[in-house]
Amino acid sequence: MRMKQVCTAALALLIGPVAVFAGTISGKVTVDGPVPKQKVIDMSKEPACAKDYPATNPPKTETALEGPGNTLADVVVYVSAGANDEGTVPSQAVTLEQKGCRYIKHITALHVNQDMQIKNDDPTSHNIHPLAKANREWNKSQPPGAPPIDAKFDQAEFIPVKCNIHPWMHGYFVVLKTNHFSVTGDDGTFSIKDLPPGKYTLTAWQETLGSSQQEVTIGGAGETKTVNFTFKGKAY
Amino acid sequence: MRAITKSLLSLSFSVAIAIAVPALAQEPPGGMPQPIPQTPPTHDFESHIGNVTGHADNGKQDYRRWCIGCHGPYGDGNGENAAWIDPKPRDFTAATFKCRSTPTGTLPTDEDLFNAITRGFNTTNMPQWRPLTPQTRADLIAYVKTFSPRWKTEKSGTPIPIPAESPLTIDSIARGKALYVKLECWKCHGPLGRADGPSAATLTDSKDMPIKPYNFATGGRPMCGDKNSDIYRDFMTGLDGSPMPSFADQLTPGAAWDLVHYLRTLQTDIPSKERDMVNAAGGKIPTVEAPAPPAAPAQSSNLTPQPDATRSPSGGK
Repeated sequence: MRMKQVCTAALALLIGPVAVFAGTISGKVTVDGPVPKQKVIDMSKEPACAKDYPATNPPKTETALEGPGNTLADVVVYVSAGANDEGTVPSQAVTLEQKGCRYIKHITALHVNQDMQIKNDDPTSHNIHPLAKANREWNKSQPPGAPPIDAKFDQAEFIPVKCNIHPWMHGYFVVLKTNHFSVTGDDGTFSIKDLPPGKYTLTAWQETLGSSQQEVTIGGAGETKTVNFTFKGKAY
Repeated sequence: MRAITKSLLSLSFSVAIAIAVPALAQEPPGGMPQPIPQTPPTHDFESHIGNVTGHADNGKQDYRRWCIGCHGPYGDGNGENAAWIDPKPRDFTAATFKCRSTPTGTLPTDEDLFNAITRGFNTTNMPQWRPLTPQTRADLIAYVKTFSPRWKTEKSGTPIPIPAESPLTIDSIARGKALYVKLECWKCHGPLGRADGPSAATLTDSKDMPIKPYNFATGGRPMCGDKNSDIYRDFMTGLDGSPMPSFADQLTPGAAWDLVHYLRTLQTDIPSKERDMVNAAGGKIPTVEAPAPPAAPAQSSNLTPQPDATRSPSGGK
């Protein structure tokens, strides 16, 4: 009897990654309370970028983005324990664009050692300066029209990245030991697919409001679990 | 009368408290013997500069004598004097160094660090250490390496080659000027190299401390050496930990020498053959096109995959 269970479990583990049997965790991230007021960015010193924004809709900082219904965008939700997929590095590269003197996207989540391509679409120079601690800090110039910069990070870390020429340009490279992650969209929703049945620890991280964790169990194959995170608000 | 005495008494009492309280609140300097902090084992750290081999065991004593005051017992740049120093002493625990011969994001060579303490850093509180023997300086470099685990897990980068200097002409200066505009050096260093570019006032280093760009006109000797090849190296490697990025992927060697020739002309208080040439041309630099960037940029960093497995970040693990 016991043997049979073990066999089934082993079988489930073996065929687990096949999408047909895999479960999904999805949900929404909201905030309870205030979030820091986002400041208007003065880009007048960089006319090449300032012209991308209408006067009625000036660019703003992105340290906490609250949407309708208190939802939070740009929250990284990832499986911090249980997925055991450290070795599986996605083969396709993630892309970071610099456009209108902003990072698109503000948060770039990627797997340890996954390739990253950094592009400059602006008619002005940028320097890409990841302020890494566990990884290596580097700083490269990328004038307009320069080819993309290839980057790679070999340690899991939340790396603030900035452009020193344009001090308002801030972002994060979120380097994770898993490829089961999702960054919430403008509606605060996320979805993590291809999870075989098992117990997982799910972590949600927001650059200003911190992080919180929840335990999730995916029982059967193809099960979809809904997990919602609510961050405590912080005015500053 | 009695009332006055009473109030005087209470006044002196409160003054006494006011003096005593801050004295209690902070540790009297030098009053308590400071425990000797635990630093990592040093015996297996060495440095190799030419035919001199430095030993961290020996360097430890010299570090405690010469360096600890600013760089601190833990090598984190928080020595007793650090609070009064700007820019702050180097934090050796991060193993991020400005003056290197190696690509951005890599460890410097032992020679880089040796040259740095030999030369000192102009415009900072770091003096030259020429009075110490080369052996002592090499020992210090070996000891400095004990503060970061990186020196165990990573190798120094491969120095960026510096080919022979291309001929100095008024045209090479002109091409360098076009590059200065095109690469937007002026955004920080200013249109005339006077550290007054639009981004200059906003710059911070990697520890969020304000930092000023180099002022070519009044900054004196450049921090990482004042030869033409030193200036070449500065912008090719970038000064890690500062806002100065690496331009190694953006410049061919010829273009890089052009830029050096132009940067020299901005150093108005340092005589140079580059300035003489501009003066001989009537003080005017002709307007020309900037040289093209390298066709296939040599990826200067070992963050990208390399055939040599020992150099790649994950190769050693």
